Amino acid sequence: MDFQRAAPAGGMQDALRAAGAQAAHIGDLWNGTVALCTFVFVAIVVATIIAVWCAPRADAATRPDTASLEGPERRIWHRIGWATGACIVGLFVLLAGDVFTSRALARLPLQDAVDIELVGHMWWWEARYRDADANREFTTANELTIPVGRPVIVTLRADDVIHSLWVPNLAGKKDLIPGRTATLRLRADRAGTYRGQCAEFCGLEHALMALLVHAVPPADYDAWAANQRKPAQDPLDAPAIRGRDVFLAGSCARCHAIAGTPAQGSIGPDLTHLASRQTIAAGMFPNNRGHLAGWIGDPQALKPGVAMPANPLPPDDLQALLAYLETLR
Amino acid sequence: MTVSDPRQVPLADPAAAAALERTWSDPPGLYGWFAAINHKTISKRFMVTTMIFFLLGGVLALLIRLQLAQPNAGIIGPKMYNQIFTMHGSTMMFLFAVPIMQAVATYLLPLMIGARSLAFPRLNAYAYWIFTMGGIMLYVAFFVGAGPDAGWFAYVPLSSLRYSPGKGVDFWAQMITYTELSGLMEAIVIIATILKLHAPGMSLNRMPLFVWAMLVTSFMVLFAMPAVMLASTALITDRLVDTQFYNPDKGGDALLWQHLFWFFGHPEVYLIFIPPLGFISSIVATFSRRPVVGYPAMILALVTTAFLAFGLWVHHMFATNLPELGKTFFTAASLVIAVPTAVQIFCWIATLGSGRINVKTPLLFVLAFFFILVMGGLTGLMLASVSLDTQLHDSFFVVAHLHYVLMGGAVFPLFGAFYYWFPKFTGRLLGERLGRWNFWLFFIGFNMTFFPLHLLGLWGMPRRVYTYPAEMGWGDMNLVSSVGAAIIGVSVLLFLVNVVRSLRTGALAGPDPWGAGTLEWSVPSPPPMGNFDVIPVVHGRYPMWQPQPEPTHVVGMSNDWREVLVTTVTDAEPDHRLWMPSSSIWPFLSAVATTILFIGSIFTPWAVVWAAAPVAIGATLWFWPKRSVVEQRVQSESKP
Repeated sequence: MDFQRAAPAGGMQDALRAAGAQAAHIGDLWNGTVALCTFVFVAIVVATIIAVWCAPRADAATRPDTASLEGPERRIWHRIGWATGACIVGLFVLLAGDVFTSRALARLPLQDAVDIELVGHMWWWEARYRDADANREFTTANELTIPVGRPVIVTLRADDVIHSLWVPNLAGKKDLIPGRTATLRLRADRAGTYRGQCAEFCGLEHALMALLVHAVPPADYDAWAANQRKPAQDPLDAPAIRGRDVFLAGSCARCHAIAGTPAQGSIGPDLTHLASRQTIAAGMFPNNRGHLAGWIGDPQALKPGVAMPANPLPPDDLQALLAYLETLR
Repeated sequence: MTVSDPRQVPLADPAAAAALERTWSDPPGLYGWFAAINHKTISKRFMVTTMIFFLLGGVLALLIRLQLAQPNAGIIGPKMYNQIFTMHGSTMMFLFAVPIMQAVATYLLPLMIGARSLAFPRLNAYAYWIFTMGGIMLYVAFFVGAGPDAGWFAYVPLSSLRYSPGKGVDFWAQMITYTELSGLMEAIVIIATILKLHAPGMSLNRMPLFVWAMLVTSFMVLFAMPAVMLASTALITDRLVDTQFYNPDKGGDALLWQHLFWFFGHPEVYLIFIPPLGFISSIVATFSRRPVVGYPAMILALVTTAFLAFGLWVHHMFATNLPELGKTFFTAASLVIAVPTAVQIFCWIATLGSGRINVKTPLLFVLAFFFILVMGGLTGLMLASVSLDTQLHDSFFVVAHLHYVLMGGAVFPLFGAFYYWFPKFTGRLLGERLGRWNFWLFFIGFNMTFFPLHLLGLWGMPRRVYTYPAEMGWGDMNLVSSVGAAIIGVSVLLFLVNVVRSLRTGALAGPDPWGAGTLEWSVPSPPPMGNFDVIPVVHGRYPMWQPQPEPTHVVGMSNDWREVLVTTVTDAEPDHRLWMPSSSIWPFLSAVATTILFIGSIFTPWAVVWAAAPVAIGATLWFWPKRSVVEQRVQSESKP
């Protein structure tokens, strides 16, 4: 059965539109399984309909036929035996399919893998791109950029409650469990932006904990990563300079970090390259001035329960702050 | 040896019947209402109570569908939504699906096996009160704004005090304690009844398949429920007295909860699913006018299912970082459990195909099972595969799957069972015309509601989201689903109308309106308080269909005392007589005392200490012998 045609237009969060090696393996298993299961379903429903259709009608006064209590009904038993045997064969096929798919998933080549540590928070994602050379590491949030064709090893951790990483176009899901470290290995084979969402109920705003994965050509990835490794540039124009002062003097810096400034808070997302991200608030809004202003002013109204408090800034300060945040490319 | 007409019920003389009625009746008045222990009285209350919870859970489901009908809807905020789906799941699983099977069983079992009472009737009454009080407590908490909001499986650490402050989760965990206590006691009552109170001749190889299903289910309860009681007690102590069972920072483990919960939770699905297999066997036999094909195969299938059900729990945890190779074992086990179910389905289809069919509403609900449950079972095979499950797990696909299994496997047969046994419970038949409307709307509404959820899951929609962005393209299918839910609502409403109308003006049923084969149809509808005026002697699996040689019934049982005949476990040979206890208010009062302890302990651990006193007093007075009963007993002793 091909559900793909009926799928929604976007398809950026769709298990049936594989854009990566792992999702493709699972997609193959899905197709085979659906074919087999549909066949069995139709067979059983048709058998039931035929049985009911062909049997003579009766009413409550019809004398019951108790002959079967006297001796075995061999013909019926043969049929049930064959049907059961066929079921067992079908189940072995499914088991083999599962085992071979698991093996294919486990054999994803991992040379030259991108190493990302992903930490789930209520309700956003913190991503640390790790490197053997500590100076080349950098941190971002809520959006991953990965190179097409190169494997990615995502190490999964959570510090508060259980979350689950699920980017259906790329791979199956994996839970982020406090006190445990899991890994998810994937590879994007087609460039594009894929959406993922927390799949394990994690409290109030579980519904609004999304993640974007940008799969880009390797050269673009290298350029992106090189930019991400740099600290934030010092602002040049007056409003942005004032905005930085607002950021550092106010409560922002207590929770957020901007590399290259004294702001080293670790409670909220790292904002060093905020302006390079497409969305804010874990995929909730497009990253533009209006949404950012609304978010800074009163996040509780937009996403009740988040850790970020309301920041009733004077309009001038707010505009300056926004001007500064827009320089964080 | 003479052969008597199987349909002819041997009658005791009217005076004896009147004496029996008096003996087995509960006392009149308000006091009597609380002191009632007759299994039929308690069971009817139990069924009504669980159905009320079903309706409450259904209203919550409609609210969920209302909120999800449109993207970005703001009808229900996240705080309320999370409480609503938690309450919906908890209600349907703990306050409806498991207990209603026990409720129906406690009515039917004694009638099916030729007994005048359940074993331990006071314990049965206590279990009912405990269940009711636990359910009321949860809903009172919900209505005063302290509803649980961590989901019906309440994963730690989300359900820990740190991330779920307030009392909501405590009420939830204590509700688990209540229902598990009640469920365990009912299981003991049912096992003892089936194995020791079957009428002479009702040996294990003659018991109706529904009785077997309940026996298997009850043994599963004994092994499954302690796991969740342990889990929920550890959760309560984590929250209340700062034990650290589930806290990874202090050496606890978050996955411990999942193992314990699903070690119960997966068998629980079968606690819900196996009793309806018994309903189906009863209904299929009666309406295809022949015994079910393959009696031994059916029983072996039930027992096999029960064993395998304990080996699958990890398939709820395939997305965790448990070792991959180990997961394959659970894949294999999850696939194998399809075999016994398939065997049963084949036996029923063979029964239908080789019988003569009387198409009535109960049978329609059973036929829907072959469509819905089979689809749910097949999607279950998909979820059994580790790699497929990583895409499907915790998505709307799972929501679709579990509703196909639980609604198709339990609720449809349950409604069939209501249509089938309602005349026995009340003496009147449910309306056939409304019944068909009820059925077709339910069937269409169900598939409209839940089939689209498969697609939504594949398209990436995770479960338990209170809203979703319009760009995701999930709006249309969600709207279809919500319309379907409304149709189910109308259908259930029609069922209620049918019940109310039929209670007043339904056709009189007589003892056996369907021409059925098992013993419950040999007594008047509704049955007298003592069930059987004379205890039957059983000579076959379908005593109403088969010739019954002499002796047809037991003589010499007392009409003036609550005397029952205890028989041997396997062969049902008469063993000894037993006096059942008199009606008593103490099960009710003990349940009140237990409730004080349970609810008190939510607020202070010391309640476990001081509230133990009233529980101990209640439990002691419960067993306090009555002088009059002792004297009667002494008088009844025949001296050599």
